[in-house]
Amino acid sequence: MIKVNTEDYPWHAGMTVRALLDEKLFTFRHIIVRVNGEFVPEEDYVSTMIQDGDDVMVLHLMAGG
Amino acid sequence: MGTIIKDYSYTPAKIKHGYSGKSLYINLSDLRIEQKEITEFMKEKFTGGKGFDLWYLWHAVTPETRWDSPENEIVMSVGPLGGITQYAGTGKTLLCSISPLTDIPIDSNVGGYFGPLLKFSGWDAFELQGKSDREILIFIDGNNGRIQIEEAGEYPEDSHLLAEALTKKFAEDEDDMVNVSVVCSGSGAKHSYMGMLNFSFYDPRRKVCRFKQAARGGLGTIMHDKKVKALVVKYRGVKPNLNDPADIATINKVGVKYHKEMHDLDQKQNKMRQIGTANTVMIMSQYDLLPTRNFQTGGDPETVKISPQVFINEWLTQGLHDGCWYGCTMACAKCADHFLITTGPYAGQRVTVDGPEYECAAGLGANLGVFDPQAILEENFYCDTYGIDLISFATCTAFIMECHQRGQITKEQMGGLDLRFGNSHAVLELLHQMSRGEGFGRIAGLGVRNLKRVFVEKFGADPKLLQDIGMEVKGLEYAEYAHKESLAQQGGFAMATKGPQHDEAWLIFMDMVNKQIPTFEDKANALYYFPMFRTWFGLVGLCKLPWNDIVPTDNHKTDSPAKVPEHVQNYVDLFNAVTGKNIDKEELIVQSERVYQFQRVFSVRMGKGERKDDYAPYRSMGPVTREEYLSRQELYDKQLREFQKLDPETMDLDEKIAATRRYREDQYEQLLDAVYRRRGWTENGIPTPERLKAIGMDLPELLEVIEPKL
Ligand code: SF4
Repeated sequence: MIKVNTEDYPWHAGMTVRALLDEKLFTFRHIIVRVNGEFVPEEDYVSTMIQDGDDVMVLHLMAGG
Repeated sequence: MGTIIKDYSYTPAKIKHGYSGKSLYINLSDLRIEQKEITEFMKEKFTGGKGFDLWYLWHAVTPETRWDSPENEIVMSVGPLGGITQYAGTGKTLLCSISPLTDIPIDSNVGGYFGPLLKFSGWDAFELQGKSDREILIFIDGNNGRIQIEEAGEYPEDSHLLAEALTKKFAEDEDDMVNVSVVCSGSGAKHSYMGMLNFSFYDPRRKVCRFKQAARGGLGTIMHDKKVKALVVKYRGVKPNLNDPADIATINKVGVKYHKEMHDLDQKQNKMRQIGTANTVMIMSQYDLLPTRNFQTGGDPETVKISPQVFINEWLTQGLHDGCWYGCTMACAKCADHFLITTGPYAGQRVTVDGPEYECAAGLGANLGVFDPQAILEENFYCDTYGIDLISFATCTAFIMECHQRGQITKEQMGGLDLRFGNSHAVLELLHQMSRGEGFGRIAGLGVRNLKRVFVEKFGADPKLLQDIGMEVKGLEYAEYAHKESLAQQGGFAMATKGPQHDEAWLIFMDMVNKQIPTFEDKANALYYFPMFRTWFGLVGLCKLPWNDIVPTDNHKTDSPAKVPEHVQNYVDLFNAVTGKNIDKEELIVQSERVYQFQRVFSVRMGKGERKDDYAPYRSMGPVTREEYLSRQELYDKQLREFQKLDPETMDLDEKIAATRRYREDQYEQLLDAVYRRRGWTENGIPTPERLKAIGMDLPELLEVIEPKL
């Protein structure tokens, strides 16, 4: 199990940041990803592995409308 | 050429550090034209823009004043930063009046050239009071210091024709047309409470008048009632230093930095320059936030038919002049050129359609179940040229459609109009009826709050159901975001001073997706900071979009990325550089709060602005119907288990709906308590004297209003 934006989410082996964003349907482009507090740049989404127990923040940056 | 009935000469005031120091007052009843001083007191307490508007409006009206009382005013002001050309989004005008939909002050912001040209003509603000006995237009010649009032009965009524006719009339030649800006409405504003005002800017490459709209709250209706067909300003000679800034070097520096960001990042971020605000339609649908069929759900598989890519590929012209004021590199004012109209009085003609903006695609599209880009563009065109606020129209029509769907009103009662979801032909016919002041169009134009009453009294509809599904608060129709799953945004809409428009707060991602504001206190803090911060744009003449529709690449490193701290600092720097003052980001919030609290007290004075006025229809807060519950059953069942320790397996659907409702309504009460505390209001939503004193707004006239309510 991992945390995604403070809520439990099931973890599976081989889960990358990219895969998590796709699973969660986080399609908004304007986001900031942090894994255990560490910023992950967009170019590293595919190569960054998420481990069981990680705390992932996906901040959507729209405060607009 | 209509007969000139008033000719007035003046010496245009010289602008000093963002202010001309003068405001223009015209009384339409006796054709009086006067100049007023903008005092240091006004600048100190109200800053400009909406602040000046509200201050003048306060003194013009009484608690008994209604929208069509002669003393009601339309007041407009562009603010001290309005008109600078070195930064993006610097031409916004703010308008205020007592609204026909809400009976309290409405404020509406708008681009286009009128506001900046008005200031360069010597006027920081413009009050229009009284009522004319015949249709007139007012022409302000800013270069020559002349104001003429002219009979205007002979001019066409609808905006695209009227603005073109008047731009040609007042421009000396084609090159001069960019120096003319027209404010006008249309035939629909005459017959509805949701009339809006178009503000023009001439597009020399397309050779047409383009428009931005002061859309919300019936300003066009009020202007028609005053028999003002158009306001026209002409000013030749716009250049970067006309505001007489105290420190132009800083303005240039901040502007260059911002434009580089825009150039480098827009394509990677929101693509505002390609599609404008409609870029978010698919996103909203994917996140279950796109209001669909009267806010029943948050999206639909068919949304792909009205996706930004469809508009970009098939309808919108790229690479032309798309800024609504000089220097706006965000340039989000997209349009469809040579669009062929198929219905109504302009059938067969090719026109330029300004839009669709997000609200248009969401409201006239998904919320009406219309997933047809061509129909949306035609509805967009007619709303604009008829002078109808498309947000109120869309939300109101969606409500009618659901009433029809649920058997509350029949086709016959709608005069034969088959207003069911997805029927764009009926939507367009409703607009044409509104324009002609005929049939069901005339009734629909009264707005959701009045329709609830009419449907109950005339057609025997169920008042409880209509209360739950009629998407209005304080009389104003909701803007186009589905937000049931975000408690903070429920408050952001329902507590908004003028009614449920998202320009005060858009907290859905922070709250519902990011989970950044889990507690009542967190939500209350957000519902303090964002409305205060966003109010500031309307005080100084800025567009909000460049604030956060693009962000610097290192924004994520800041401790509050949602606030976009670097851009906030840009605004502080711009304000100081224009005015010569020395505010910081905390003082910026205080400037806003002074006006925000003033507007709340103004609403109290007009009989609204208390706790009872801050409640949302239940459709905004949770599932009203069985279908809505079932559409998110997994989520709602989970919430019953987690939040209420109930076992949904042992409950039938109606019990689950009732339990969810009890819980959510209680959460909303707690949110009201928390926000009121944070804003310095009583439990009943009245600003306290202590709070007003803390921000320097303990003015005797405000204390007189609140003291009996404490
Ligand atoms: S961002 Fe769009 S609405 Fe705002 S000023 Fe620029 S063109 Fe106008």
